[in-house]
Amino acid sequence: MTEPILKLVGLKKHFESTSGGFFNKKKGVVKAVDGIDLEILPGQTVGLVGESGCGKTTAGRTVLKLYEPTEGQIIFQGEDITHLSRKRMKPLRAQMQMIFQDPFASLNPRQTVGTLIGATFDIQGITPPGGVKKEVERLMERVGLNPEHVNRYPHEFSGGQRQRIGVARAIALKPKLIVADEPVSALDVSIQAQVVNLLDDLQEEFGLSYLFVAHDLSVVQHISDRVIVMYLGKVMEEADKKDLFMSPRHPYTKALLSAVPVPDPIKGRKRERIILVGDLPSPMNPPAGCVFNTRCWKVQDKCRTEIPALQQIAPNHRLACHFPEPAA
Amino acid sequence: MKPFLEVKNLSVSFPTQDGLVKASNDISFTVARGETLAIVGESGSGKSVTSLAVMGLHNRNAADISGEAILNLETGPIDTISASPEVVRKLRGKSMAMIFQDPMSALHPYYSIGDQIAEAWGLYNKGSKSDGIKRAVEMLDLVGIPEAAKRVKEFPHQFSGGMRQRVMIAMALVNNPSLLIADEPTTALDVTVQSQILKLLKDMQQEFNMAVILITHDLGVVAEVADRACVMYAGKIVEQSAIDDIYYTPDHPYTIGLLNSIPRVDQLEGKRLLAIPGQPPSLISLPRGCAFRGRCTFSRLVPNNRCATEVPNLDEKIKGHFSRCHLTEAQLTVARTSVGSRV
Ligand SMILES: Nc1ncnc2c1ncn2[C@@H]1O[C@H](COP(=O)(O)OP(=O)(O)OP(=O)(O)O)[C@@H](O)[C@H]1O
Ligand SMILES: Nc1ncnc2c1ncn2[C@@H]1O[C@H](COP(=O)(O)OP(=O)(O)OP(=O)(O)O)[C@@H](O)[C@H]1O
Ligand code: SF4
Ligand code: SF4
Ligand SMILES: [Mg+2]
Ligand SMILES: [Mg+2]
Repeated sequence: MTEPILKLVGLKKHFESTSGGFFNKKKGVVKAVDGIDLEILPGQTVGLVGESGCGKTTAGRTVLKLYEPTEGQIIFQGEDITHLSRKRMKPLRAQMQMIFQDPFASLNPRQTVGTLIGATFDIQGITPPGGVKKEVERLMERVGLNPEHVNRYPHEFSGGQRQRIGVARAIALKPKLIVADEPVSALDVSIQAQVVNLLDDLQEEFGLSYLFVAHDLSVVQHISDRVIVMYLGKVMEEADKKDLFMSPRHPYTKALLSAVPVPDPIKGRKRERIILVGDLPSPMNPPAGCVFNTRCWKVQDKCRTEIPALQQIAPNHRLACHFPEPAA
Repeated sequence: MKPFLEVKNLSVSFPTQDGLVKASNDISFTVARGETLAIVGESGSGKSVTSLAVMGLHNRNAADISGEAILNLETGPIDTISASPEVVRKLRGKSMAMIFQDPMSALHPYYSIGDQIAEAWGLYNKGSKSDGIKRAVEMLDLVGIPEAAKRVKEFPHQFSGGMRQRVMIAMALVNNPSLLIADEPTTALDVTVQSQILKLLKDMQQEFNMAVILITHDLGVVAEVADRACVMYAGKIVEQSAIDDIYYTPDHPYTIGLLNSIPRVDQLEGKRLLAIPGQPPSLISLPRGCAFRGRCTFSRLVPNNRCATEVPNLDEKIKGHFSRCHLTEAQLTVARTSVGSRV
């Protein structure tokens, strides 16, 4: 069996937070990520989807140890890195990189593209063969930027081009794993496909693994081999792409899929829609039992008291629900 | 009977230090009561600028506006572009209302939700403050805010994104407007909340027999809710028709490109996306000829380099189906299939 690039075991990240008025400050805990298990094989893409605030970004950042995990294990290429010190993490950083959602905020506006991409080598103290300048130009070319624009500043580029700068930075050190946090969400529809294709090509070329975080199920469906559906910090369902999209078993997955609009009017008119009631509950105060019970159309008493465990229901298919949907 | 709104040759441009920004250029469309027209296009294509002009909300000192936007009221037609600001102000709220792109900036942070809805109601109704609040509770109830009587006293920051969007809808509908312009009403929301809001808008439209303009960049949303659509690119309408034609027989290379570039949850083959190369042009220095030229894969089919020299007109190639492109209908048929049609 191939060894996974990344393995998470019961990963949790909780934040302490204060809320309430000035005088009656309440200390609370936000269970942003409350137990994720996953494996990513070399060359594979795992998509992480769910609604705003369900913990996707936190999960991605914790994997890269930008946040200290609260509980659980992160195993990278067979090595337990959960509690590695900053210093011991440094050489590993080259192999795990991140692409951010906002191509505007994630690039220092006062640095040229050349400096921005080149800095990746300086931080690791690496000199690429042929020198930094040459390598930067090669990288720019690879991600579809004009190498002649090496001295330009981020504001001189469009959103899609800025995202390409982010991609160039992420692949500079030939990483094994890239955590991509909503890498195309801020881009226009006509530009999204360009960046998605670039990520596809780079994966093929370098055998990269992606943890692809997004709320857009259409994009996730396109790029992923496996998909994990999160809700309020917890994994609801996890399966190979085909199983998850063709035969979703969790009520939330089913509702989520049915809510995605399809650009096909005739199909759209015929489609059955599950309209959920209410909004996402506050993560400060999640419902007891199954966290989805306040919006689930199949809820029963048991759901309000007993937390459903994430269970294997078929090879490569796991589910956390007391009353799952029948297999399609 | 004339459609409720008739927009004719509407143009809006902004003189700036860098030059004239031609944000909205020779726009014409109509919307009837009970009908939903979608305006779709990418960021900066002129969707909001166009609708703000209809609503009479541009600062006339900063914007050059020409053309007409005629509301066919029971009392007779009024052109919101040429009418005086006082007249247009009186039309807003009752004859036409708008839901803005960003609910947080459109709601006042220091007034309660109830006060804000009551104030909007008070513009057209004589009644006490408590009548206004009663009406606010009714509206919040209608848009599905639980415990409306209690929540009416709360402030915008105490509401979630989806609830704020509902409040915006309640406020826009409090005087039963004839025309509702909804500018990206669900873009900031999660999909499950988006489908709630879209359903709500549909129900309200039926209840009040409203003409609705839905502005969005999401071709999925358009397919689900619109009767007709205008596709905008670089300030102009490049295609306009009934909804099914836009999706099954698109008549403009930009629309064809857009449809090919979006991944779909209902198609699992995972084949490579067909991206549109390049990026939209600057509105200050639009290319000569067709604005889509630099990104169009089909311009070579047009003889004599006309794409570079001649601005295409918005022609009715097939009855009720307009497109702004030099290609003939026969060439477009080839174009649609050469990149893998979606039908
Ligand atoms: N540094 C932090 N301190 C306290 N709470 C945090 C912190 N970061 C995130 N949270 C909370 O943790 C929860 C999960 O946030 P996260 O950003 O991971 O969600 P997300 O799924 O990425 O959402 P989105 O789709 O909006 O980006 C939220 O309730 C958020 O408010
Ligand atoms: N007051 C203004 N002065 C100068 N330029 C303006 C002004 N308002 C809008 N513009 C420009 O007009 C163009 C069209 O803007 P508009 O807001 O209509 O785009 P949009 O299609 O609504 O885009 P989005 O999807 O991002 O909301 C943009 O290039 C914008 O920068
Ligand atoms: S456990 Fe109960 S509430 Fe939770 S998803 Fe399953 S049926 Fe719904
Ligand atoms: S006019 Fe020419 S460049 Fe413009 S869309 Fe048609 S074929 Fe393409
Ligand atoms: Mg996030
Ligand atoms: Mg806009």
